[in-house]
Amino acid sequence: MLPRQAGTAFKPAHFAALQADPAPVAFLEVHAENYMGAGGLPHAQLTALRRDHALSLHGVGLSIGSEADTLDRDHLGRLRLLCERYAPDSFSEHLAWSSHGGGFLNDLLPLPYTEATLQRVIRHVSQAQEALGRRILLENPATYVQFAASTIPETEFLAEIAARSGCGLLLDVTNVQVACTNRDEDPAAYLACFPLQQVGEVHLAGHHVTQDRSGRPLLIDDHGSAVSDTVWQLYDTVIARAGALPTLVEWDTDVPDWTVLAAQAARVQARLGHAHRTAQAA
Amino acid sequence: MQSVFADALLDPERAPPPGLRVADAAERFAVYRNNVVSGLSRALAAGFPAVEAIVGTEFFAAMAALFVRRHLPQSPVLLDYGTALPDFLQTFAPAAELPYLADVARLELAYTRAFHAADAMPLPPETLGRIAATSLAALRLRLHPSLQVLCAAYPVATIWAMNTGRAPLTEITDWSGEDILVLRPQLTVDVIVLAPGEATFLLALQAGETLEAAASAALACSDDTFNLGAALAALFTRGAVTTLDPSAQDRT
Repeated sequence: MLPRQAGTAFKPAHFAALQADPAPVAFLEVHAENYMGAGGLPHAQLTALRRDHALSLHGVGLSIGSEADTLDRDHLGRLRLLCERYAPDSFSEHLAWSSHGGGFLNDLLPLPYTEATLQRVIRHVSQAQEALGRRILLENPATYVQFAASTIPETEFLAEIAARSGCGLLLDVTNVQVACTNRDEDPAAYLACFPLQQVGEVHLAGHHVTQDRSGRPLLIDDHGSAVSDTVWQLYDTVIARAGALPTLVEWDTDVPDWTVLAAQAARVQARLGHAHRTAQAA
Repeated sequence: MQSVFADALLDPERAPPPGLRVADAAERFAVYRNNVVSGLSRALAAGFPAVEAIVGTEFFAAMAALFVRRHLPQSPVLLDYGTALPDFLQTFAPAAELPYLADVARLELAYTRAFHAADAMPLPPETLGRIAATSLAALRLRLHPSLQVLCAAYPVATIWAMNTGRAPLTEITDWSGEDILVLRPQLTVDVIVLAPGEATFLLALQAGETLEAAASAALACSDDTFNLGAALAALFTRGAVTTLDPSAQDRT
Protein backbone atom coordinates (compact mmCIF):
# COMPACT_ATOMS: atom_id res chain seq x y z
CA MET A 1 0.00 0.00 0.00
CA LEU A 2 1.22 3.48 -0.84
CA PRO A 3 1.09 6.17 1.88
CA ARG A 4 -2.12 8.25 1.75
CA GLN A 5 -0.07 11.30 0.85
CA ALA A 6 1.28 13.22 -2.14
CA GLY A 7 3.69 11.70 -4.65
CA THR A 8 5.19 12.73 -7.97
CA ALA A 9 6.26 10.96 -11.13
CA PHE A 10 10.06 10.76 -10.97
CA LYS A 11 12.06 12.49 -13.71
CA PRO A 12 15.87 12.05 -13.82
CA ALA A 13 16.24 15.86 -14.08
CA HIS A 14 14.88 16.09 -10.52
CA PHE A 15 17.23 13.51 -9.00
CA ALA A 16 19.63 15.96 -7.33
CA ALA A 17 16.79 18.03 -5.83
CA LEU A 18 15.11 14.91 -4.41
CA GLN A 19 18.40 13.67 -2.95
CA ALA A 20 18.98 17.05 -1.30
CA ASP A 21 15.47 17.14 0.19
CA PRO A 22 13.21 14.10 -0.10
CA ALA A 23 10.58 15.64 2.19
CA PRO A 24 8.18 17.25 -0.33
CA VAL A 25 6.88 13.87 -1.53
CA ALA A 26 6.03 10.68 0.32
CA PHE A 27 6.23 8.46 -2.74
CA LEU A 28 7.61 8.41 -6.26
CA GLU A 29 6.24 6.69 -9.31
CA VAL A 30 8.32 5.42 -12.24
CA HIS A 31 7.38 3.79 -15.52
CA ALA A 32 8.50 0.19 -15.21
CA GLU A 33 9.68 -0.02 -18.82
CA ASN A 34 12.30 2.70 -18.23
CA TYR A 35 14.05 0.44 -15.71
CA MET A 36 14.34 -2.68 -17.83
CA GLY A 37 17.95 -2.15 -18.81
CA ALA A 38 20.56 -4.36 -17.12
CA GLY A 39 22.36 -1.67 -15.10
CA GLY A 40 23.75 1.85 -15.18
CA LEU A 41 22.43 5.23 -14.05
CA PRO A 42 18.65 4.52 -14.04
CA HIS A 43 19.06 1.66 -11.54
CA ALA A 44 21.65 3.58 -9.49
CA GLN A 45 19.22 6.51 -9.15
CA LEU A 46 16.19 4.36 -8.37
CA THR A 47 18.14 2.38 -5.76
CA ALA A 48 19.19 5.62 -4.07
CA LEU A 49 15.66 7.10 -4.19
CA ARG A 50 14.12 3.90 -2.87
CA ARG A 51 15.91 4.45 0.46
CA ASP A 52 13.91 7.63 1.19
CA HIS A 53 10.63 7.08 -0.66
CA ALA A 54 7.78 4.69 -1.03
CA LEU A 55 7.64 3.49 -4.66
CA SER A 56 4.86 3.03 -7.17
CA LEU A 57 5.82 0.98 -10.21
CA HIS A 58 3.59 1.95 -13.13
CA GLY A 59 3.55 -0.17 -16.29
CA VAL A 60 2.77 1.27 -19.71
CA GLY A 61 3.46 -1.76 -21.90
CA LEU A 62 1.59 -4.84 -20.66
CA SER A 63 -1.32 -4.37 -23.07
CA ILE A 64 -3.91 -5.78 -20.67
CA GLY A 65 -6.72 -4.88 -23.09
CA SER A 66 -5.10 -6.84 -25.91
CA GLU A 67 -7.10 -9.27 -28.06
CA ALA A 68 -4.31 -11.83 -27.67
CA ASP A 69 -5.14 -14.96 -25.65
CA THR A 70 -2.45 -14.31 -23.06
CA LEU A 71 -0.23 -11.45 -21.97
CA ASP A 72 3.40 -11.26 -23.13
CA ARG A 73 5.16 -13.71 -20.80
CA ASP A 74 8.60 -12.19 -21.43
CA HIS A 75 7.28 -8.81 -20.36
CA LEU A 76 5.63 -10.28 -17.28
CA GLY A 77 9.00 -11.85 -16.44
CA ARG A 78 10.72 -8.47 -16.69
CA LEU A 79 8.04 -6.89 -14.47
CA ARG A 80 8.43 -9.68 -11.93
CA LEU A 81 12.20 -9.09 -11.77
CA LEU A 82 11.64 -5.37 -11.16
CA CYS A 83 9.09 -6.10 -8.43
CA GLU A 84 11.59 -8.45 -6.77
CA ARG A 85 14.41 -5.93 -7.07
CA TYR A 86 12.59 -2.84 -5.76
CA ALA A 87 9.70 -4.30 -3.74
CA PRO A 88 7.37 -1.46 -4.84
CA ASP A 89 4.46 -0.50 -2.61
CA SER A 90 2.15 -0.63 -5.61
CA PHE A 91 2.14 -1.93 -9.18
CA SER A 92 -0.36 -0.47 -11.63
CA GLU A 93 -1.26 -0.78 -15.31
CA HIS A 94 -3.91 0.51 -17.70
CA LEU A 95 -7.28 -0.54 -19.07
CA ALA A 96 -5.93 -0.27 -22.62
CA TRP A 97 -3.99 -2.14 -25.28
CA SER A 98 -0.66 -1.11 -26.76
CA SER A 99 0.76 -4.10 -28.63
CA HIS A 100 -0.55 -5.92 -31.65
CA GLY A 101 0.91 -8.76 -33.69
CA GLY A 102 4.29 -8.44 -31.98
CA GLY A 103 4.55 -4.70 -32.66
CA PHE A 104 4.45 -2.17 -29.81
CA LEU A 105 2.40 0.95 -30.64
CA ASN A 106 3.52 2.98 -27.59
CA ASP A 107 0.09 4.41 -26.86
CA LEU A 108 -2.76 3.45 -24.54
CA LEU A 109 -5.41 2.41 -27.05
CA PRO A 110 -9.13 2.02 -26.34
CA LEU A 111 -11.26 -1.12 -26.30
CA PRO A 112 -15.01 -1.64 -26.58
CA TYR A 113 -16.74 -2.50 -23.31
CA THR A 114 -18.66 -5.74 -23.90
CA GLU A 115 -19.19 -9.06 -22.06
CA ALA A 116 -16.50 -10.62 -24.24
CA THR A 117 -13.86 -7.92 -23.65
CA LEU A 118 -14.72 -7.93 -19.93
CA GLN A 119 -14.02 -11.67 -19.68
CA ARG A 120 -10.73 -11.24 -21.51
CA VAL A 121 -9.52 -8.31 -19.40
CA ILE A 122 -10.37 -10.20 -16.20
CA ARG A 123 -8.34 -13.18 -17.50
CA HIS A 124 -5.41 -10.88 -18.31
CA VAL A 125 -5.51 -9.08 -14.97
CA SER A 126 -5.59 -12.44 -13.19
CA GLN A 127 -2.65 -13.64 -15.30
CA ALA A 128 -0.67 -10.54 -14.34
CA GLN A 129 -1.51 -10.89 -10.64
CA GLU A 130 -0.49 -14.54 -10.69
CA ALA A 131 2.78 -13.84 -12.51
CA LEU A 132 3.69 -10.95 -10.22
CA GLY A 133 2.39 -12.61 -7.07
CA ARG A 134 0.56 -9.46 -6.00
CA ARG A 135 -2.62 -7.43 -6.38
CA ILE A 136 -2.35 -4.82 -9.12
CA LEU A 137 -4.18 -1.54 -9.70
CA LEU A 138 -5.89 -0.90 -13.05
CA GLU A 139 -6.18 2.68 -14.35
CA ASN A 140 -9.18 4.22 -16.14
CA PRO A 141 -8.08 5.47 -19.59
CA ALA A 142 -8.10 8.86 -21.30
CA THR A 143 -10.05 8.16 -24.49
CA TYR A 144 -10.83 10.05 -27.70
CA VAL A 145 -13.26 7.67 -29.41
CA GLN A 146 -16.03 5.31 -28.33
CA PHE A 147 -17.16 2.06 -29.89
CA ALA A 148 -20.67 1.43 -31.18
CA ALA A 149 -20.24 -2.12 -29.85
CA SER A 150 -19.85 -1.00 -26.22
CA THR A 151 -22.72 -2.10 -23.99
CA ILE A 152 -21.25 -1.57 -20.50
CA PRO A 153 -20.50 1.83 -18.93
CA GLU A 154 -16.81 2.27 -18.15
CA THR A 155 -17.32 2.63 -14.38
CA GLU A 156 -19.32 -0.61 -14.30
CA PHE A 157 -16.71 -2.31 -16.51
CA LEU A 158 -13.94 -1.33 -14.06
CA ALA A 159 -16.03 -2.30 -11.01
CA GLU A 160 -16.66 -5.75 -12.52
CA ILE A 161 -12.96 -6.28 -13.26
CA ALA A 162 -12.05 -5.34 -9.69
CA ALA A 163 -14.80 -7.51 -8.18
CA ARG A 164 -14.00 -10.57 -10.29
CA SER A 165 -10.18 -10.42 -10.46
CA GLY A 166 -9.58 -8.98 -7.01
CA CYS A 167 -7.50 -6.12 -8.45
CA GLY A 168 -7.67 -2.56 -7.18
CA LEU A 169 -8.21 0.55 -9.26
CA LEU A 170 -6.12 3.59 -10.05
CA LEU A 171 -8.41 6.57 -10.48
CA ASP A 172 -6.91 9.11 -12.88
CA VAL A 173 -9.07 12.20 -12.33
CA THR A 174 -7.57 13.98 -15.35
CA ASN A 175 -8.47 10.98 -17.52
CA VAL A 176 -12.03 11.25 -16.19
CA GLN A 177 -12.18 14.92 -17.18
CA VAL A 178 -10.62 14.20 -20.60
CA ALA A 179 -12.63 11.10 -21.52
CA CYS A 180 -15.98 12.41 -20.23
CA THR A 181 -15.62 15.78 -21.98
CA ASN A 182 -14.60 14.05 -25.21
CA ARG A 183 -17.71 11.88 -25.16
CA ASP A 184 -19.96 14.72 -23.97
CA GLU A 185 -20.63 13.24 -20.54
CA ASP A 186 -20.53 14.80 -17.08
CA PRO A 187 -17.28 13.95 -15.22
CA ALA A 188 -19.00 14.44 -11.86
CA ALA A 189 -21.68 11.90 -12.81
CA TYR A 190 -18.91 9.46 -13.85
CA LEU A 191 -17.17 9.91 -10.49
CA ALA A 192 -20.46 9.40 -8.65
CA CYS A 193 -20.60 5.90 -10.20
CA PHE A 194 -16.91 5.10 -9.68
CA PRO A 195 -16.23 2.31 -7.13
CA LEU A 196 -14.06 4.48 -4.86
CA GLN A 197 -13.66 1.76 -2.24
CA GLN A 198 -11.42 -0.11 -4.73
CA VAL A 199 -9.14 2.87 -5.38
CA GLY A 200 -5.54 2.38 -4.24
CA GLU A 201 -4.09 5.47 -5.93
CA VAL A 202 -5.20 8.68 -7.62
CA HIS A 203 -3.45 10.34 -10.57
CA LEU A 204 -3.60 14.06 -11.39
CA ALA A 205 -1.94 15.72 -14.40
CA GLY A 206 -2.25 18.62 -16.76
CA HIS A 207 -4.15 18.23 -20.03
CA HIS A 208 -4.35 20.16 -23.28
CA VAL A 209 -7.60 21.89 -24.24
CA THR A 210 -8.53 22.32 -27.88
CA GLN A 211 -11.60 22.12 -30.14
CA ASP A 212 -12.50 19.91 -33.02
CA ARG A 213 -13.62 21.26 -36.41
CA SER A 214 -17.25 21.44 -35.32
CA GLY A 215 -16.28 23.55 -32.31
CA ARG A 216 -16.79 20.89 -29.66
CA PRO A 217 -14.16 20.66 -26.93
CA LEU A 218 -11.41 18.10 -27.51
CA LEU A 219 -9.24 17.44 -24.46
CA ILE A 220 -5.87 15.73 -24.83
CA ASP A 221 -4.12 14.01 -21.95
CA ASP A 222 -0.56 15.27 -22.54
CA HIS A 223 0.82 15.53 -18.96
CA GLY A 224 2.45 18.77 -20.07
CA SER A 225 1.17 21.46 -17.69
CA ALA A 226 -0.16 22.14 -14.18
CA VAL A 227 -3.33 20.40 -12.99
CA SER A 228 -6.36 22.42 -14.14
CA ASP A 229 -8.86 24.03 -11.74
CA THR A 230 -11.63 21.75 -13.02
CA VAL A 231 -9.56 18.67 -12.17
CA TRP A 232 -8.72 20.04 -8.68
CA GLN A 233 -12.48 20.52 -8.09
CA LEU A 234 -13.22 16.96 -9.21
CA TYR A 235 -10.39 15.72 -6.97
CA ASP A 236 -11.93 17.55 -4.01
CA THR A 237 -15.19 15.66 -4.52
CA VAL A 238 -13.26 12.37 -4.61
CA ILE A 239 -11.44 12.88 -1.29
CA ALA A 240 -14.55 14.38 0.31
CA ARG A 241 -16.22 11.01 -0.33
CA ALA A 242 -13.31 8.58 -0.05
CA GLY A 243 -11.03 10.35 2.45
CA ALA A 244 -7.29 10.70 1.93
CA LEU A 245 -5.87 8.55 -0.90
CA PRO A 246 -2.30 8.16 -2.20
CA THR A 247 -2.22 10.86 -4.88
CA LEU A 248 0.32 11.31 -7.65
CA VAL A 249 1.03 14.38 -9.77
CA GLU A 250 2.32 13.46 -13.25
CA TRP A 251 4.22 15.85 -15.53
CA ASP A 252 5.88 14.04 -18.44
CA THR A 253 6.29 16.54 -21.30
CA ASP A 254 7.85 20.00 -20.99
CA VAL A 255 8.99 18.85 -17.55
CA PRO A 256 9.38 21.91 -15.27
CA ASP A 257 11.89 22.64 -12.51
CA TRP A 258 11.47 20.56 -9.40
CA THR A 259 10.08 23.53 -7.43
CA VAL A 260 7.10 23.76 -9.82
CA LEU A 261 6.27 20.06 -9.50
CA ALA A 262 6.88 20.14 -5.72
CA ALA A 263 4.38 23.02 -5.48
CA GLN A 264 1.76 20.84 -7.21
CA ALA A 265 2.50 18.06 -4.71
CA ALA A 266 2.15 20.59 -1.87
CA ARG A 267 -1.35 21.49 -3.14
CA VAL A 268 -2.25 17.78 -2.97
CA GLN A 269 -0.73 17.44 0.50
CA ALA A 270 -2.70 20.43 1.82
CA ARG A 271 -5.97 18.84 0.65
CA LEU A 272 -5.00 15.44 2.07
CA GLY A 273 -4.12 17.03 5.42
CA HIS A 274 -7.55 18.57 5.49
CA ALA A 275 -9.15 15.22 4.61
CA HIS A 276 -7.18 13.50 7.42
CA ARG A 277 -8.29 16.15 9.95
CA THR A 278 -11.91 15.94 8.83
CA ALA A 279 -11.83 12.14 9.18
CA GLN A 280 -10.36 12.38 12.70
CA ALA A 281 -12.98 14.94 13.76
CA ALA A 282 -15.82 12.76 12.49
CA MET B 1 -10.86 -5.31 -34.39
CA GLN B 2 -7.41 -4.41 -33.06
CA SER B 3 -5.59 -5.29 -36.28
CA VAL B 4 -7.87 -2.96 -38.31
CA PHE B 5 -7.37 -0.28 -35.65
CA ALA B 6 -3.57 -0.78 -35.65
CA ASP B 7 -3.34 -0.73 -39.46
CA ALA B 8 -5.33 2.51 -39.59
CA LEU B 9 -3.10 4.04 -36.90
CA LEU B 10 0.00 3.49 -39.00
CA ASP B 11 -1.39 4.48 -42.40
CA PRO B 12 -2.51 8.12 -42.58
CA GLU B 13 -4.20 7.44 -45.95
CA ARG B 14 -6.62 4.98 -44.42
CA ALA B 15 -10.09 5.79 -43.10
CA PRO B 16 -10.56 5.43 -39.34
CA PRO B 17 -11.63 1.93 -38.31
CA PRO B 18 -15.38 1.19 -38.55
CA GLY B 19 -17.55 1.01 -35.46
CA LEU B 20 -16.52 4.28 -33.79
CA ARG B 21 -19.45 6.08 -32.19
CA VAL B 22 -18.49 9.72 -32.37
CA ALA B 23 -19.55 12.59 -34.61
CA ASP B 24 -16.17 13.34 -36.14
CA ALA B 25 -14.46 9.96 -35.92
CA ALA B 26 -11.61 10.90 -38.27
CA GLU B 27 -10.48 13.87 -36.19
CA ARG B 28 -10.78 12.01 -32.88
CA PHE B 29 -9.00 8.97 -34.27
CA ALA B 30 -6.22 11.28 -35.48
CA VAL B 31 -5.31 11.95 -31.84
CA TYR B 32 -4.27 8.29 -31.48
CA ARG B 33 -2.55 8.34 -34.87
CA ASN B 34 -0.52 11.36 -33.79
CA ASN B 35 0.24 9.89 -30.34
CA VAL B 36 1.68 6.73 -31.87
CA VAL B 37 3.92 8.38 -34.46
CA SER B 38 5.01 11.37 -32.38
CA GLY B 39 5.59 9.24 -29.27
CA LEU B 40 7.80 6.77 -31.11
CA SER B 41 9.56 9.61 -32.96
CA ARG B 42 10.35 11.23 -29.60
CA ALA B 43 11.68 7.93 -28.29
CA LEU B 44 13.89 7.68 -31.38
CA ALA B 45 15.13 11.27 -31.05
CA ALA B 46 16.01 10.64 -27.40
CA GLY B 47 18.42 7.89 -28.46
CA PHE B 48 19.92 9.70 -31.46
CA PRO B 49 20.51 13.35 -30.44
CA ALA B 50 23.57 13.80 -32.68
CA VAL B 51 21.75 12.46 -35.75
CA GLU B 52 18.92 14.89 -34.99
CA ALA B 53 21.35 17.80 -34.52
CA ILE B 54 23.09 17.01 -37.82
CA VAL B 55 19.96 16.76 -39.99
CA GLY B 56 17.80 19.26 -38.06
CA THR B 57 14.57 18.63 -36.16
CA GLU B 58 12.30 18.97 -39.21
CA PHE B 59 14.25 16.47 -41.33
CA PHE B 60 14.52 14.11 -38.35
CA ALA B 61 10.77 14.24 -37.67
CA ALA B 62 9.95 13.47 -41.32
CA MET B 63 12.51 10.65 -41.41
CA ALA B 64 11.31 9.28 -38.04
CA ALA B 65 7.68 9.25 -39.22
CA LEU B 66 8.73 6.93 -42.07
CA PHE B 67 11.04 4.85 -39.87
CA VAL B 68 8.61 4.19 -37.02
CA ARG B 69 5.89 2.99 -39.41
CA ARG B 70 8.34 0.58 -41.04
CA HIS B 71 10.09 -0.51 -37.82
CA LEU B 72 7.61 -0.71 -34.96
CA PRO B 73 9.31 -1.64 -31.68
CA GLN B 74 9.14 -5.40 -31.16
CA SER B 75 8.93 -5.00 -27.37
CA PRO B 76 7.41 -2.51 -24.92
CA VAL B 77 10.94 -1.75 -23.71
CA LEU B 78 12.01 1.25 -25.78
CA LEU B 79 15.43 1.74 -24.13
CA ASP B 80 17.31 0.75 -27.28
CA TYR B 81 14.60 1.55 -29.83
CA GLY B 82 16.19 2.21 -33.21
CA THR B 83 18.58 -0.73 -33.63
CA ALA B 84 17.49 -0.72 -37.28
CA LEU B 85 18.10 3.02 -37.73
CA PRO B 86 21.78 2.86 -38.87
CA ASP B 87 20.94 0.47 -41.72
CA PHE B 88 17.83 2.49 -42.55
CA LEU B 89 19.93 5.67 -42.83
CA GLN B 90 22.56 3.88 -44.93
CA THR B 91 20.06 3.55 -47.77
CA PHE B 92 17.85 6.59 -47.02
CA ALA B 93 18.17 8.60 -50.24
CA PRO B 94 17.43 12.06 -48.75
CA ALA B 95 20.48 11.58 -46.46
CA ALA B 96 22.80 10.33 -49.21
CA GLU B 97 25.01 13.43 -49.04
CA LEU B 98 25.83 12.64 -45.39
CA PRO B 99 27.75 9.37 -45.83
CA TYR B 100 28.87 9.38 -42.16
CA LEU B 101 25.32 9.63 -40.77
CA ALA B 102 24.75 5.88 -40.45
CA ASP B 103 27.98 5.50 -38.45
CA VAL B 104 27.01 8.39 -36.17
CA ALA B 105 23.78 6.46 -35.53
CA ARG B 106 25.85 3.29 -34.84
CA LEU B 107 27.90 5.22 -32.29
CA GLU B 108 24.75 6.56 -30.60
CA LEU B 109 23.30 3.06 -30.46
CA ALA B 110 26.53 1.81 -28.84
CA TYR B 111 26.34 4.73 -26.38
CA THR B 112 22.77 3.78 -25.39
CA ARG B 113 23.71 0.11 -25.01
CA ALA B 114 26.68 1.05 -22.81
CA PHE B 115 24.45 3.36 -20.76
CA HIS B 116 22.09 0.48 -19.93
CA ALA B 117 24.67 -2.36 -19.87
CA ALA B 118 25.11 -4.56 -16.80
CA ASP B 119 27.16 -3.10 -13.94
CA ALA B 120 30.62 -4.55 -13.26
CA MET B 121 33.47 -3.27 -11.13
CA PRO B 122 36.64 -2.57 -13.16
CA LEU B 123 39.98 -3.73 -11.74
CA PRO B 124 42.05 -0.82 -10.39
CA PRO B 125 44.94 0.34 -12.64
CA GLU B 126 47.52 -0.93 -10.10
CA THR B 127 46.47 -4.48 -10.98
CA LEU B 128 48.59 -4.39 -14.09
CA GLY B 129 51.82 -3.82 -12.13
CA ARG B 130 51.10 -6.89 -10.00
CA ILE B 131 50.92 -9.33 -12.89
CA ALA B 132 54.13 -11.36 -13.25
CA ALA B 133 55.87 -10.47 -16.53
CA THR B 134 56.21 -14.16 -17.36
CA SER B 135 52.48 -14.71 -17.22
CA LEU B 136 51.49 -11.76 -19.45
CA ALA B 137 51.67 -13.53 -22.81
CA ALA B 138 49.19 -16.25 -21.91
CA LEU B 139 46.86 -13.95 -19.95
CA ARG B 140 43.24 -13.62 -20.93
CA LEU B 141 41.24 -10.61 -19.73
CA ARG B 142 37.52 -10.32 -19.21
CA LEU B 143 36.41 -6.89 -20.41
CA HIS B 144 33.60 -4.72 -19.07
CA PRO B 145 30.12 -5.73 -20.32
CA SER B 146 29.54 -2.19 -21.65
CA LEU B 147 32.64 -2.26 -23.88
CA GLN B 148 32.02 -1.84 -27.61
CA VAL B 149 34.37 -1.06 -30.48
CA LEU B 150 33.30 0.73 -33.65
CA CYS B 151 35.51 1.17 -36.73
CA ALA B 152 34.22 4.08 -38.81
CA ALA B 153 35.34 5.26 -42.25
CA TYR B 154 34.82 8.90 -41.12
CA PRO B 155 35.85 10.88 -38.00
CA VAL B 156 32.60 9.88 -36.36
CA ALA B 157 33.55 10.38 -32.69
CA THR B 158 34.64 13.92 -33.55
CA ILE B 159 31.41 14.60 -35.46
CA TRP B 160 29.37 13.12 -32.60
CA ALA B 161 31.16 15.22 -29.94
CA MET B 162 30.60 18.41 -31.96
CA ASN B 163 26.90 17.65 -32.39
CA THR B 164 26.17 16.81 -28.77
CA GLY B 165 27.77 19.92 -27.25
CA ARG B 166 30.84 18.01 -26.03
CA ALA B 167 33.23 19.79 -28.41
CA PRO B 168 33.00 23.16 -30.18
CA LEU B 169 31.62 23.06 -33.72
CA THR B 170 34.61 23.68 -35.96
CA GLU B 171 35.49 22.75 -39.51
CA ILE B 172 36.86 19.23 -39.83
CA THR B 173 40.04 19.19 -41.92
CA ASP B 174 41.15 15.60 -41.36
CA TRP B 175 38.47 13.26 -42.70
CA SER B 176 40.34 10.02 -41.86
CA GLY B 177 38.28 7.33 -40.25
CA GLU B 178 38.26 6.76 -36.48
CA ASP B 179 38.32 3.56 -34.44
CA ILE B 180 36.14 4.24 -31.41
CA LEU B 181 35.85 2.69 -27.95
CA VAL B 182 32.55 3.05 -26.07
CA LEU B 183 32.80 2.10 -22.40
CA ARG B 184 30.93 2.74 -19.15
CA PRO B 185 33.22 1.68 -16.27
CA GLN B 186 31.01 3.39 -13.64
CA LEU B 187 27.91 5.44 -14.50
CA THR B 188 29.29 7.75 -17.20
CA VAL B 189 29.75 6.58 -20.78
CA ASP B 190 33.17 7.32 -22.29
CA VAL B 191 33.69 7.67 -26.05
CA ILE B 192 37.38 7.38 -26.90
CA VAL B 193 39.26 7.52 -30.22
CA LEU B 194 41.65 4.57 -30.38
CA ALA B 195 45.25 4.41 -31.62
CA PRO B 196 46.12 2.21 -34.64
CA GLY B 197 45.77 -1.49 -33.84
CA GLU B 198 43.87 -0.91 -30.56
CA ALA B 199 40.49 -1.81 -32.06
CA THR B 200 41.81 -5.16 -33.29
CA PHE B 201 43.50 -5.71 -29.91
CA LEU B 202 40.30 -5.04 -27.97
CA LEU B 203 38.11 -7.13 -30.25
CA ALA B 204 40.57 -10.05 -29.97
CA LEU B 205 40.61 -9.79 -26.15
CA GLN B 206 36.83 -9.52 -26.10
CA ALA B 207 36.70 -12.73 -28.16
CA GLY B 208 38.78 -14.47 -25.47
CA GLU B 209 42.22 -14.45 -27.15
CA THR B 210 45.40 -14.31 -25.04
CA LEU B 211 47.33 -11.04 -24.76
CA GLU B 212 49.99 -12.45 -27.04
CA ALA B 213 47.55 -13.44 -29.77
CA ALA B 214 45.64 -10.14 -29.48
CA ALA B 215 48.89 -8.13 -29.66
CA SER B 216 50.17 -9.92 -32.74
CA ALA B 217 46.83 -9.42 -34.51
CA ALA B 218 47.02 -5.72 -33.60
CA LEU B 219 50.63 -5.44 -34.85
CA ALA B 220 49.76 -7.14 -38.12
CA CYS B 221 46.92 -4.74 -38.91
CA SER B 222 48.74 -1.53 -37.90
CA ASP B 223 51.98 -1.79 -39.91
CA ASP B 224 53.74 -2.69 -36.66
CA THR B 225 52.85 0.68 -35.07
CA PHE B 226 50.71 -0.90 -32.34
CA ASN B 227 52.19 -0.20 -28.89
CA LEU B 228 51.33 -3.08 -26.55
CA GLY B 229 52.62 -1.40 -23.39
CA ALA B 230 50.59 1.74 -23.95
CA ALA B 231 47.48 -0.17 -25.02
CA LEU B 232 47.65 -2.45 -21.99
CA ALA B 233 48.12 0.47 -19.57
CA ALA B 234 45.23 2.33 -21.22
CA LEU B 235 43.02 -0.74 -20.88
CA PHE B 236 43.42 -0.63 -17.09
CA THR B 237 43.34 3.14 -16.62
CA ARG B 238 40.13 3.35 -18.67
CA GLY B 239 38.52 0.77 -16.41
CA ALA B 240 37.96 -1.71 -19.22
CA VAL B 241 39.10 -4.88 -17.41
CA THR B 242 36.88 -6.61 -14.88
CA THR B 243 38.65 -9.96 -14.40
CA LEU B 244 41.99 -11.57 -15.04
CA ASP B 245 40.95 -14.92 -16.43
CA PRO B 246 41.89 -17.41 -13.69
CA SER B 247 42.37 -20.28 -16.11
CA ALA B 248 45.10 -18.27 -17.84
CA GLN B 249 46.89 -17.71 -14.53
CA ASP B 250 46.69 -21.40 -13.71
CA ARG B 251 48.73 -22.19 -16.78
CA THR B 252 51.65 -19.96 -15.69
